[in-house]
Amino acid sequence: MVKELLTGNKATAYGAMYARAQVIAAYPITPQTTIVEEIAELIAAKRLNTQYMKVESEHSAMAACVAASNTGARAFTATSSHGLALMHEVLMWAAGARTPVVLVNVNRAMGPPWSVYADHQDAMAQRDTGLIQYWCENNQEIFDTVITAFKVSENKDVLLPAMINQDAFFLSHTSEPVDLPDQEAVDQFLPSYDAPYKLDVDKPTGFGSFIMPPQYMEFRAHMAGGMENARALIRKVDKEWEELTGRSYGGMMDMYRCEDAELILFGAGTMMSTAKDVVDEMRKEGRKVGIARLRVFRPFPVDEVRYLADRARAIGILDRTFTFGYGGPLFNETNSQMYNYRNRPPTKNYIIGVGGRDVRKKHIRALFNDLEKVAKEGYGKEGEVHWWGLLDGSTPEVEL
Amino acid sequence: MIEVRFHGRGGQGAVVASRLLADAAFREGKDVQAFPYFGVERRGAPVTAFTKIDDKRIRDKSMIYEPDYVVVLERSLLQAVNVMEGLRPNGMVLVNTEEGPDVIRKIIDPPRLATVNATKIAISNKLGTSVQPIVNTAIVGAFAKATGIVSIESVEAAIMTLPRSPERNAKAAREAYEATSKYGGE
Repeated sequence: MVKELLTGNKATAYGAMYARAQVIAAYPITPQTTIVEEIAELIAAKRLNTQYMKVESEHSAMAACVAASNTGARAFTATSSHGLALMHEVLMWAAGARTPVVLVNVNRAMGPPWSVYADHQDAMAQRDTGLIQYWCENNQEIFDTVITAFKVSENKDVLLPAMINQDAFFLSHTSEPVDLPDQEAVDQFLPSYDAPYKLDVDKPTGFGSFIMPPQYMEFRAHMAGGMENARALIRKVDKEWEELTGRSYGGMMDMYRCEDAELILFGAGTMMSTAKDVVDEMRKEGRKVGIARLRVFRPFPVDEVRYLADRARAIGILDRTFTFGYGGPLFNETNSQMYNYRNRPPTKNYIIGVGGRDVRKKHIRALFNDLEKVAKEGYGKEGEVHWWGLLDGSTPEVEL
Repeated sequence: MIEVRFHGRGGQGAVVASRLLADAAFREGKDVQAFPYFGVERRGAPVTAFTKIDDKRIRDKSMIYEPDYVVVLERSLLQAVNVMEGLRPNGMVLVNTEEGPDVIRKIIDPPRLATVNATKIAISNKLGTSVQPIVNTAIVGAFAKATGIVSIESVEAAIMTLPRSPERNAKAAREAYEATSKYGGE
């Protein structure tokens, strides 16, 4: 085992290398570009043996990966923001065709206004495509998740593609130490993909053919079942990875000091890593606070959310995006999973860090203080959905 | 946690400097983070980069607002950018300049000041061109001397992993290390 200083994008490329991806097709887009470059460097250095396909768009990148996966190859791609949006149609296809392609998405805001900075709209908007969705807080987790995601996706009871999310610049361009396990250990953990159904000239079969109404619904229910099966498998594979490397990400959700927490903040990505420092500081002051970090958005961590509901006096949900209509996606999903449950603590939605705004420790502290007020007195004038820190002064207590 | 902010201009290598410092500290068993300010980088435009160094795991992913150390890769930036912004009490600013502390102190007056003529050292080691020398490796060598946070040996080891002219860069770092002057503090 060695430890190297890697950016999030380099950790992504290394993940694909250690997973022995056989086909990689990708199209460059800021801030993902250095993934494409690093993969080329690894191939040039003869460290990575893969079919690297230059394609003319992200739509083609995913189409190439689906076709490769259909032949039984392990396929990988990476993109960001508008690139992911362009892929949308083929994401649907990848999931429906049950091809376990793994995709790393560098979370970047959608334009206009044009932006290259961290924002979760690109990924959250792909919620219903049928991809398993993972969210990372550091570069180690990106590397680890590329490997574990293949293991989950390629399981014959799942057979669904996966998207691994990492925040633009906060991870993609930040160098951090990353532990790299022995290749042989990874090979044992993740043997080559044994596709139960594949294109084979000696055994001709058809894929993706037209289907009549009596059958289509059955296929969709099968897909839903695969996603449901992923839930238990993600927990199991996380444990297996922990046995191998000593690192666990909590399975479906990364909970930090939640066991006895009265106030919990729930959200995704790097801002929740920063938030853990705040929890330690406030715990020293006697405040019972905890952090729940979204690790998997699809399938949704229903049991874990209900575990939080059993404990918290109030839950604050951070969304680094908004579903134009009402609230943030994580807020709406979380509320839904508590409605039919015995415990329903009040929740408040904080729209924060949108378009790459830095989320600092003082902001997290202010959110806990605001949530305390919600638990005691109910919502203030901002209501249950609060755009935190707008320049109009609606969040006067926090300087930006 | 030790927090360092680098100010340079696009093309001078501020981002690589932040990474080299992190790499040197990483070699000494520290946890580190190095990252650029997420601006749109253009040659000649002011560029900011950051390094965090700690004995324990660094979880804070936000940018640096109150640096312990500020490193200025080019003298003209002192008038273009507020390099003193957020500097901690007893903080230090390291400036690449041929001028003495009295001249620099008329522009910025940090609690502790260090200077080095990294431009001259970079040019004499043929790093970049005489019009646009690349001073990043020299300035990290100077940082080792000015702060004692990392050893010059660790800086040299980090520099030796660079893809281009590692020996000349390591030599520049060592020369800058020897040529650094400190004023104030202690």
